[in-house]
Amino acid sequence: MSTETHATPQVSAVRDAATPRPRWQVIVFRPETVTFLLLIIAIIVASNLSPFFANFSFILESSTYYSEYSIVALVLTMVIISGEIDLSPASTMALTACTFAASYQAGVPIPAAMVLAVIAGGLLGAFNGLMVIVFQLPSIIVTIGTLTLYRGLAQVLAGDKSIGKFPTWFVGLDYRELLGIPVPVLIFVGASIVLGLIVGMTIFGRQIYQIGTSEVAARHAGIRVRAIKMGLFILMGLTSAVAGLMAASRLGSVRYDLATGGELQMVLMVMLGGTYIFGGRGTILGTFLASWLLVIIATGMTVANIVITSQLTVMGLLLIISIIATNAIYARNQR
Amino acid sequence: MLKKSLMLGLALSLTLSTAAAFAADKVSIVYIPKNTGNPYFDSLVKGFQDACAKLACDFTTAAPATAEATSQIPFITAQTQRGVNVIAISPNSPDALNQVLDRARQKGTLVFAVNGDLVGNFDHRDAAILPVDFTKTGPGQVELLGSMINYEGDIAILSATTDAPDQNTWIAAMNDALKTNPKYAKMKLVATVYGDDDPQKSTTEAEALLSKYPNLKGIISPTTVGVAAAAQVLQSAGKAATIKLTGLGTPNQMRPFVKDGTVSAFQLWSPYNEGLLAAYYAVAVKNGTIKNEPGATLDVPGLGKVTVGPDHIINTQAELTTFDKNNIDKFNF
Repeated sequence: MSTETHATPQVSAVRDAATPRPRWQVIVFRPETVTFLLLIIAIIVASNLSPFFANFSFILESSTYYSEYSIVALVLTMVIISGEIDLSPASTMALTACTFAASYQAGVPIPAAMVLAVIAGGLLGAFNGLMVIVFQLPSIIVTIGTLTLYRGLAQVLAGDKSIGKFPTWFVGLDYRELLGIPVPVLIFVGASIVLGLIVGMTIFGRQIYQIGTSEVAARHAGIRVRAIKMGLFILMGLTSAVAGLMAASRLGSVRYDLATGGELQMVLMVMLGGTYIFGGRGTILGTFLASWLLVIIATGMTVANIVITSQLTVMGLLLIISIIATNAIYARNQR
Repeated sequence: MLKKSLMLGLALSLTLSTAAAFAADKVSIVYIPKNTGNPYFDSLVKGFQDACAKLACDFTTAAPATAEATSQIPFITAQTQRGVNVIAISPNSPDALNQVLDRARQKGTLVFAVNGDLVGNFDHRDAAILPVDFTKTGPGQVELLGSMINYEGDIAILSATTDAPDQNTWIAAMNDALKTNPKYAKMKLVATVYGDDDPQKSTTEAEALLSKYPNLKGIISPTTVGVAAAAQVLQSAGKAATIKLTGLGTPNQMRPFVKDGTVSAFQLWSPYNEGLLAAYYAVAVKNGTIKNEPGATLDVPGLGKVTVGPDHIINTQAELTTFDKNNIDKFNF
């Protein structure tokens, strides 16, 4: 799906005789391949770093700490493919989780409080969308603003104290398992499959790529650009709310500083997965692989007692490598 | 995705090895500070290391980059997976760690809160090693400042944030001592201000105190950032002779001000001793020489006899350590 022709009509008229690249090249030279190779390397290195790493249930348990970000990163991938960005999801997680906890504390039953949180998430996403689509403001500026605004509102709502003492059935989603796999991981895998099919197989998915490639062209082609973008921002808010509730369940308590800095982890997952920051290219599969890569690297280095500063250095280097590789591959495929 | 999970499974099964526990003869201890790069915790780590050098325990330390509430969770899971016997942790949150600590304890790991406790969640850790009996901190500070100003005159408090729990406990105790103890009848608390543990804001607040209260005789700043900022302000304003300053500070930060006479004495506990005590206690409990229960006593070289208090809380020292120009060079943290 990264092989759309971007050549202008004149050029293609001259070059119409260019031979198509062999099929194996189309399959192999993709940014996701780089992510996949890095993932394999990471697993081998991590297994050699520490004898305690290669344990399936340990890796799954550790991955539950990232599932919330990973799930939001899937939707963020769609937003970035459409040529926008959203930096407010971690703050949205905090504000929706605080909405949930504060209403529970005020006597609202848990299921109703959860519904309230999800509605709040949709509204927060819609607010971002409104600013970007109706007021025509750049999404990076808008969502940097709401990144702070939503976090601030969460603090106003919850104060400086943590809210907890939820009933036991709500707490510990990450300890519930189905077929030996923690529920948050199942949710992540399920969401990846559904969103992967939507983005890769449906007309709606193609339209997202078209908007990211050229918004003007998409509009002239009759694609409802504004509606789709609005939908993506709302979906972003709803997903963040679900992630916020998952975090509340995992931690058993909620504070305004929940998921602080999470937006960078999410962007890191999307970038490592080979999605192009300026839109038009990228896949759910890439983000799926990248979030496992992140889990393996972080878990592998932590269990090997590697100091955190070295861990951050490795993460930074990986990001740069994958961005260079992504760009090289896109440039190659356009030739 | 299918290909990926197949490969993951393959790679795992190829390298699968059982995560056996550490060698059973040596007690293995890991300490997880709040975050990296904090000299205060380096000193605590030194205490663990020195104790383990004597007791022959295995000691490692691992810390997250930030002191954010949930940043220690992956570290706790990883150390549980490593099979360490004892996790000592300075918790970044009083409740966000409950679930993961419970899981570690279910697997037989002993969990100690060190330097700060899981307030309100005592049943999620096995014991707490705290620096000092915090109920004596406030009155101790008032007494120290009183002795510097002959128990007479206007005083002010420069604290951390308005909702810092420890500081607020101490300030409440200071107010109580000033009101109820006739010895302090001539000392008048004129202001309590908050520098938010930010050097810049603490400096501004200290300068404001000086200009607002010309009769000010003394300042107590029960936070390391505040006391250093206030010392700097007194030094540059040349007011050290008329306004006495004390508080809770670290020897390394306060050394220049003690040497040049800006501050005659300040207090703190010794984080080194906390590490030492935690290691001795961990080894004793793991080896079965004592039971982890209130009332148990342990002899620690250099600290004397230490008793486990109610709620499994162990205070490293009863009173604060007072640092002045005679002893400050013995400390490095």
